Amino acid sequence: MEGFGPPAVEIDEPVFHHDWERRAFGITMASFVLGVSNGGQFRHSIERMDAEHYLGSRYYEHWLTGVATRLVETGRVTIEELEAGAGGGFPLSRPVASAGVTVPEPGTDVTVGDEVRVRRITTRGHTRCPRYVRGRRGTVVRIDPPSSLPDLEAHGDARRSEPIATVRFDGRELWGEGAERAAVHVDLWLSYLERVT
Amino acid sequence: MSDDHHHHPRTQSPIEQRVHALEELLVDKGIVTHEMIDEFVARYEDDIGPLNGARVVARAWTDPDYRDRLLADGTAAIAELGYGGPEGDHMIVVENTDEVHNLVVCTLCSCYPWPVLGLPPDWYKSAPYRSRAVREPRALLAEMGCDLPDEVEVRVWDSSAEARYLVLPQRPAGTDALGEDELAALVTRDAMIGVAR
Repeated sequence: MEGFGPPAVEIDEPVFHHDWERRAFGITMASFVLGVSNGGQFRHSIERMDAEHYLGSRYYEHWLTGVATRLVETGRVTIEELEAGAGGGFPLSRPVASAGVTVPEPGTDVTVGDEVRVRRITTRGHTRCPRYVRGRRGTVVRIDPPSSLPDLEAHGDARRSEPIATVRFDGRELWGEGAERAAVHVDLWLSYLERVT
Repeated sequence: MSDDHHHHPRTQSPIEQRVHALEELLVDKGIVTHEMIDEFVARYEDDIGPLNGARVVARAWTDPDYRDRLLADGTAAIAELGYGGPEGDHMIVVENTDEVHNLVVCTLCSCYPWPVLGLPPDWYKSAPYRSRAVREPRALLAEMGCDLPDEVEVRVWDSSAEARYLVLPQRPAGTDALGEDELAALVTRDAMIGVAR
């Protein structure tokens, strides 16, 4: 998405701007300890927020909305209890899509120096394959140890552990001829990649 | 402990009401305690912050062997100084030189190396920063007061998977006489993200 203008930098910014941000942070951290969400489930709960709510609210409101959504979805609290406590509406994230949640097929092994292309993944579920690199070519510059594929982890009990490749993309490959001179590195599970032969 | 934040005499905004409602509900149900939440808040508001990263950088500036270990295995070298934990299990340290400038972003959410930098500032989590750091990093850096000569290569690192990145800035000229503590005082959070030199 574009059109956001310059970042607003605050001098001597505090860690939290409001007391409710402290509490939302602490509740969320506690929820991880209690197993309410894994990383994929929590990120997806925020990705499922209404787009206008997401863009128009502060960061820790995203966390609050995500963690409340997960607490309802896992049966720990009900929306009625939340609304009664808040004395009004308690907007939650949308449900997980009932169709179109896909998981990429396992990719092939790659090694440092390989030319790769990012698969054009389409899913209505969670993924950590950023849209701006899908279909783009780059070079593998590092391989990180295997880790649980978020696309699976966010949607059920199945797990697949795969190495993660750091892929270096030329700015012009991502943004076109007039792009700035820059190299952009993105960390991608092997299932997101195919080797260019 | 004081429980000031568990009372709300003045009128609360809707988000304050929601956070308060969720915390009270979870405590009433015996799922969390106020103290659990307090503990997380205190840890990340009072104990963990960019001074940790500054100590890592100052050590690397004064001890070439440490610098080599830090670049080879960031997680282990950072652990030597006693830092580690959530969002720091796989640390990659990238070094600035006369020829190369590194910039760290998380386009998908807000991934950030907590054990060495603490929690991220608002701008790091904002739509402008996340969208523009990968698309027009030089223009963004210039707007943030970091002008780079044309010949300096820009390397952007999108923390899209498990690795978390720390920039090792260049040691300022004229600091040969300074000790490690004095050097640490010169290292800024922004330099360790890469939005300052």
